[in-house]
Amino acid sequence: MTPTVEPPEVVRVEDVHKTFVVRKDNSLKDRAVAFGRHRQHRQNFTAINGVSLSIYAGTTVGLLGANGSGKSTLLKMIGGILSPDDGTVTTRGRLAALLELGAGFHPELSGRENVYLNAAILGLSRAETDERYDEIVRFSGIGEFIDNEVKFYSSGMYMRLAFAVAVHTDPDILLVDEVLAVGDEAFQRKCMDKIRSFQREGRTIILVSHSAGQIAELCDTTFVLHNGEVVHEGDVREGLAVMRDIMEGRRIGESVEEERAQRSQSAAERALTVTRIETLTTDGRTSAAFFPGEPMILRIHVRASAPLAEWTTGFSIDNSTGQMVLASNTDRLDAVLPPIEPGEHFMDYRIDALHLGPGEFFINANTSPTIDVDTHVLWQGARFRMKGGEGNLGVVDAQIGVAAPRV
Amino acid sequence: MSAQERFERLATLPMRSFTPERRGVTSMWKQVSEVIDHRQLLWLLTRRDLQVRYRGSVLGFLWTLIKPLILLATYYVILGQVLGAARGIENFGIYVFSGLTIYMLFSESLGAAAGSIVGNGGLVKKIYLPREIFPLAAIGGAIFMFSMQLLVLVGAVVIGGEWPPAQGLLYFFPSVLLILVYVTGIGLLLSALNVYLRDVQYITEILLTLMMWGSPIVYSWQMVRGVLDRFQLPAWLLEVYTNNPLTLAVLGFHRSLWSGGTEADYPTDLALRMGIAGVIGVIFLLCAHWAFQRMQSNLAQEL
Repeated sequence: MTPTVEPPEVVRVEDVHKTFVVRKDNSLKDRAVAFGRHRQHRQNFTAINGVSLSIYAGTTVGLLGANGSGKSTLLKMIGGILSPDDGTVTTRGRLAALLELGAGFHPELSGRENVYLNAAILGLSRAETDERYDEIVRFSGIGEFIDNEVKFYSSGMYMRLAFAVAVHTDPDILLVDEVLAVGDEAFQRKCMDKIRSFQREGRTIILVSHSAGQIAELCDTTFVLHNGEVVHEGDVREGLAVMRDIMEGRRIGESVEEERAQRSQSAAERALTVTRIETLTTDGRTSAAFFPGEPMILRIHVRASAPLAEWTTGFSIDNSTGQMVLASNTDRLDAVLPPIEPGEHFMDYRIDALHLGPGEFFINANTSPTIDVDTHVLWQGARFRMKGGEGNLGVVDAQIGVAAPRV
Repeated sequence: MSAQERFERLATLPMRSFTPERRGVTSMWKQVSEVIDHRQLLWLLTRRDLQVRYRGSVLGFLWTLIKPLILLATYYVILGQVLGAARGIENFGIYVFSGLTIYMLFSESLGAAAGSIVGNGGLVKKIYLPREIFPLAAIGGAIFMFSMQLLVLVGAVVIGGEWPPAQGLLYFFPSVLLILVYVTGIGLLLSALNVYLRDVQYITEILLTLMMWGSPIVYSWQMVRGVLDRFQLPAWLLEVYTNNPLTLAVLGFHRSLWSGGTEADYPTDLALRMGIAGVIGVIFLLCAHWAFQRMQSNLAQEL
């Protein structure tokens, strides 16, 4: 039995500040014209305001935040691309950044030449690249096209090759900026598998994503940034709740407090709790994938601690960015649920036709004896995927046809 | 590697920062050693620039020669024969081509270096690399083109059978080195400045054209001396003209590859002048690198 080693600290950010000067003039003429009224053409923007954090080896960290909250700036500072104005950022181990794939690709060069170039950019020596070359090509699935110039590649092939190079550079720390959603479904699965094996190998992954789904699935811990400050660190579920508060313009931590309060209340004290959410097809099989227009049964399991003469439930469906796309409750539907005894129960919502666009969705459900009083919510109790979507993009699904143009 | 092994290895590594310290020789040395660590990438980037440059063209690398040869032909015919510059200069073809070759090293390097960081903006913004490698790779490409032209030049000298005196060859490497030292310093500065002010690239082009006429490439140093004498201009003007590193390098190059020169064609103490210019160049290079380091921390956000 080998003695277990404490995971060492791999990233330390200490009291970092970063201010951007937004200038509106970029040529000599502009500057000459603006000379003297310098101020008007400069604007300070504080992107990071006193952030300190530590990241330990082997963890997968999600950086969350709305647009402009500073999360990408922070990631770039960890990656050494930007320098902090104040404070220090230190790291150890080999660092690879998956910031926008294929940044180092040159369209005029062949896939093979680009693999070598990109690997060198990511810090691999020629010998190391030689060694991994076959594996990279195999992983990318480019096959015989590897000797074609990349300008002839489809965008999917381009991304696949770039991802393949990046994950084969043996990084200790991998920085990922919104790039895991590349390629087709099969390749995405491959990427996820690779990320999982990275986690098993004790590599540290720092992920910036807007997708609550990805964060929830991959991360052990999160940092939520808001206006350049860390407003939450730690638990992923709470982090996502904080994000939701920010998005909905509520006071930060409101829903976390609610959730904590709920958790501290023992189940016995609570009359009614949601224990589980399921999605089923009409023939009663559980399913996590649906086609647009298909019916769906949404089953909410509750536990009652006392006999109740009346009770209500509600649900909401969020898309992967945390935006609510559909919600309802028994009150709105004028449904009266029969009295229940203490114990486990469930009730179904039947959605006759699900008109959601392609993507990942999460279901939240709540229950209470009377509507909106002492509600218990199970956040993200289930998730499902909408397939299809060849005809349209976006959150909703629709039947779209093209009428013959009038000539 | 298992997670445990990785942790053990990581625990032994020091925490390091990407931000170069603002002052001190150690931080400068750190940057230099980082560039050396990336020499394979430097080589690949240089090769990429060259590969891409003529890809898809039928004549390919022949184009590196066509441009200077056309220039040579123009200068030879128009300036040499029509305007009569060749009358005072023996073996005018070799004279012009040797001057042009070393000048092209200077101008190609600076022209490419000035735009190098902006041109590689995608990389600079996305990933940490010592930024020095972009101007350096640009200069590497220019060195390659220079070697091609040099081959033709040496070929012409051999075929013409007009060998310069053997001790003149001693001036060859100092001339090239002199140009490289200055080009590296100026190139570093221009590449970073160009990010803040895109005009730099265009100003560079104009200055390079002026510098070509400001050094004895299509006329001789003696002519300049003659003109200054004729108009009774002060002697220090000739000193200023002569001690410009590009002029010195062109003169040194003439001395090593052009057979026509006599002592009167060159200023006195050419070697000493080149030595002093070299020392100043090295100091300038260190200052330029220092300035580059100060500017580079903000490059990514300015792009």
